[in-house]
Amino acid sequence: MGETFAQKVLAKKAGMDQVVPGQIVTLSPDHLLTHDNTAAIIGKIGNELDKYGVIDPELPIIVLDHVIPAANEKTATNHKKIREFVKKQKIVNFFDIGEGVCHQVVVEKGLAKPGELIVGSDSHTCSYGAVGAFSSGVDRTEAASLMLRGEMWLKVPHSIKMELNGSLSKGVSAKDLILHIIGDVSASGASYKAVEFHGDTEDLTIGDRFTIANMGVEMDGKAATFQVDDRTRQYLRKAGVKDDEYKPIWADDDAKYSSEHEYDLTEIIPGIAAPHKVDNYHTVEELKGLEFHQCFLGTCTNGRYEDLKVAASILDGEMISKRTRLVIAPASRSEMRKALSDGTLDTLIEAGGIVLPPGCGPCLGAHQGVMAPGERTLSTANRNFKGRMGCKEAEIYLASPATVAATAIYGELTDPREVI
Amino acid sequence: MKVWKYGDSINTDMLFPGKYTYTCATPEEIRPHLLEDLDPTFSNNVNRGDLLLVGDNFGCGSSREQPVLGLRDVGIKAIIGRSFARIFYRASINQGLILIECPEAVEAYREGAEVELNVEEGLIRIDKEEFDFPKLPDQILAIRDAGGLLNYTRMKLKEGSP
Repeated sequence: MGETFAQKVLAKKAGMDQVVPGQIVTLSPDHLLTHDNTAAIIGKIGNELDKYGVIDPELPIIVLDHVIPAANEKTATNHKKIREFVKKQKIVNFFDIGEGVCHQVVVEKGLAKPGELIVGSDSHTCSYGAVGAFSSGVDRTEAASLMLRGEMWLKVPHSIKMELNGSLSKGVSAKDLILHIIGDVSASGASYKAVEFHGDTEDLTIGDRFTIANMGVEMDGKAATFQVDDRTRQYLRKAGVKDDEYKPIWADDDAKYSSEHEYDLTEIIPGIAAPHKVDNYHTVEELKGLEFHQCFLGTCTNGRYEDLKVAASILDGEMISKRTRLVIAPASRSEMRKALSDGTLDTLIEAGGIVLPPGCGPCLGAHQGVMAPGERTLSTANRNFKGRMGCKEAEIYLASPATVAATAIYGELTDPREVI
Repeated sequence: MKVWKYGDSINTDMLFPGKYTYTCATPEEIRPHLLEDLDPTFSNNVNRGDLLLVGDNFGCGSSREQPVLGLRDVGIKAIIGRSFARIFYRASINQGLILIECPEAVEAYREGAEVELNVEEGLIRIDKEEFDFPKLPDQILAIRDAGGLLNYTRMKLKEGSP
């Protein structure tokens, strides 16, 4: 019987020949990702850290990204505690404010390698499936325990196979595809399951795969992974990872899945997730003309250079509508610099965009771009839950960078295919 | 004992809004905002031993731990649901908050019905009807019985096993 990607990775990490779905295994992840919540995590285990220390200073990856630069005394104090912890425990992989959103940083620094197991105290840790890693979110307490012991249990998940056929049309992006998929399978469609993307994936950039894997958790997937190909190898080489530093793992052709889905990419059109659930899918066409007070371009889902570039190509020579505001948060320093060096960012600013430091920014509503009651944001982020952007009487819609850019021009929902 | 009933896809922002995640960590800080955007009456009226009865995919969304800590600290005896989001489920095991997947019981419940729960026996009684749910695997029971994951980890550290 063939094995799925999840079975193979988890068997390898557990030091076993084979594992089956439903089996509980004990294993040690290759990395543990934490961010601003590191302060709360280490706060739980102060005495133990003094006595035993972090089990391996190379295990944690700590990125300050959620509320940066600090918004108030409390968040500033948290950052300070984390910096002191990093110094004392000699943590190797620490990225202070300004480096970018943790998930983007992990991938672009080459810290997530194909076939590895990475867990993180952030639900979007599933993003590293973009480069063939098995990655998954855990709670803060699990992260605290991992800092001390480096070991955890995992249930081997059943897997879902998603076959992608053909390629996306002009003006349509990976975001439209994943919103369509989540609308199709529902926000709990992959609960306790690992999702594998098969088929014509070679045309998707690493950024596209990142967008899709990132939103795996929005169908409650445990992981969401793409097969490693030449594009992955090339990307990793640029990130300083040599081909012989990892061993890609992929499912067998005769692996057994709990369900299989096929998507014809040529049929995907610009889509949108309406409040307050990510699976509340509509086509842009259906809601055309809906007024938006804020357009948000950025986050780990869609804040990379290629996303900003698409938006700039639509906004080039245009001015955003007086009815709306355009807030931009690049995914990382490095992606921001790419957009800076070729004039992409200049085009966006000239069109009326406001650029924030590379970080999570408005996505979680702690500061920057918080909404007022009765307002509506069109966002490239991954979540539209009620209250997510700091106000429960505001509405969040999710869409692609192209749809957000086109909408910014008119202040109302616009199909990007009409303006490209 | 009161049963608090909620529907499908209740996400972590409804259970504990994201804007408080980096400023509230203790039970006292969490409690006033618990279920704030879902049911503003909850935090002032919940009593120790109360139950939550919920639909599909309860706790979906963020990996934030405050909803779990908050519900445990106000004394929720258990959450009986049709299904739970994965990270929320794991976080609950790690905190010793009891989650029970039993769609049949959720289906059978009507407002005002009498609910009895026996966790050890794996039995829920709703008025006169009985529903059973499967026992958790041993590895997970060991964490629960230690009083949550950190206690379990402390025990292991003391035993000298890394």
